[in-house]
Amino acid sequence: MKNNEKKRILTKPISRRELLKGSAFGLASLAIPIGKVDASFWEAFFQKHFREMNRDEVKAVIARLEKEYYKKYNKNFNIKTTEAIPGTLFGYGLDLSRCIGCRRCVYACVRENNQSRDPQIHWITVLRFKKGEKWVNDLERAEKYYYPEEVPEEGYFYMPVQCQQCENPPCVKVCPTQATWKEPDGIVVVDYNWCIGCRYCMAACPYGARRFNWAEPRIAREELNTNVHYLGNRPRYKGVVEKCTFCIQRTRGNPGRYPACVEICPVGARKFGNLLDPKSEIRYIIENKRVFRLKEDLNTQPKFFYFFAT
Amino acid sequence: MDKKRYVYAILFAFLFIIAISGNTSGEEKEQTRASLKKPGHNLPEFVVPPPPLSEGIFPCSQCHADMEPNPTRRELTFHTEISKGFNHAKEQRWCLDCHNPDDRDKLRLASGKLISFEESEYLCGQCHGTIFRDWKYGIHGKRTGYWNGKKVYRLCVHCHYPHWPKFQPIKPLPPPEKPSNIKYRKLSDDEIPRNPIGDIQ
Repeated sequence: MKNNEKKRILTKPISRRELLKGSAFGLASLAIPIGKVDASFWEAFFQKHFREMNRDEVKAVIARLEKEYYKKYNKNFNIKTTEAIPGTLFGYGLDLSRCIGCRRCVYACVRENNQSRDPQIHWITVLRFKKGEKWVNDLERAEKYYYPEEVPEEGYFYMPVQCQQCENPPCVKVCPTQATWKEPDGIVVVDYNWCIGCRYCMAACPYGARRFNWAEPRIAREELNTNVHYLGNRPRYKGVVEKCTFCIQRTRGNPGRYPACVEICPVGARKFGNLLDPKSEIRYIIENKRVFRLKEDLNTQPKFFYFFAT
Repeated sequence: MDKKRYVYAILFAFLFIIAISGNTSGEEKEQTRASLKKPGHNLPEFVVPPPPLSEGIFPCSQCHADMEPNPTRRELTFHTEISKGFNHAKEQRWCLDCHNPDDRDKLRLASGKLISFEESEYLCGQCHGTIFRDWKYGIHGKRTGYWNGKKVYRLCVHCHYPHWPKFQPIKPLPPPEKPSNIKYRKLSDDEIPRNPIGDIQ
């Protein structure tokens, strides 16, 4: 009798509800990362969207990140969250009649903005074209691996391409998590803590300006730039997208510095300023020089103006 | 005792004056170009660093003060590299078209007006008027400083050597890695490639 009862209980069929309940608990327990149960992990996990946080919440996030970076790189980072200056809309000018294709801008950008050295990430690509050949309509035929003894080379010209900071950015439209957006001063930024690495934005960008961290980014410790902005050059994670931000950590200031690529250019081909200020260099260029924007027919409305000063 | 103190005071004052004068001459003098500002012009505020004068050569008067100016076109016996390499509208120009014959430490405009080497842009601007205009507005030439504040310009001669002004070719920095060369590797800190450009100031 006793034995019989035991048998009955053991063979009692599990109801559908019980099965679902049990498996839900089981799966949930699997998802808890056993090795990472410190508070900072959960804070990061439940971090709000950057634009929905109030000041105190932003402060807490910055403090957490500075601690994380110190742990990871053994260096003190100063993470700024400087907001856009009212009445500014940043614009960029690049003089194609002056550029000699020396790639100083590429590596100044890498240094200033903490791009990964291995695997290599460059925000700026310098394209080389043969004079007289099909050009802006056919960027596929550009050469980006040129490496002669000296530049400029006879019969060629150069066109650096980076994020064009579109007024109508296709990359922002496709982001499923709103991890990338256009700031009031026109800079298109990425929140590396919200990016899920789906790379839709890379597919949407007609300029090939976005880069993906395929592996954990590596930078020599002594080369880290610790003066960073949350939406700009702070160290990135594996699996997030990054791009040019017009050196948001330098340019957002009063007085604000020029982007690193402007300051390094040995021929002064790169110009930067406020499109809303009639006295700015960029306005002078637009009003007095022959100016064009890349792939204007796509209606992306770049704020990056190529021009010819001669 | 009092006399000794007096002597010390004089000595100290003398040293102080030397220190001050030495300091001002050694300091990099940056000049603002107020004279360029005319009403109706929206020129930005900027400073210009001093020109890259050759050490031991300038001031020119240390040799030229006692020499008779010789305007004839010839192979020079002293500034040989300049007369050999000279390539700046060489058919139309010779030394004394820009260098002032009487006071060699000055440059001379076509009008006869004398200017210092620190404001040589007026000399270049005589022929290169459109470039000069672009330079004033910050379009031609390298700029550093602040986009909404004080800017640092460069003189023409900082980038263009006046006797052969064409911008000299330079070695480019390496191209990006080709996708076919990218390998999965775990590098130690010492093996991480170093950036060819240092801090941007």
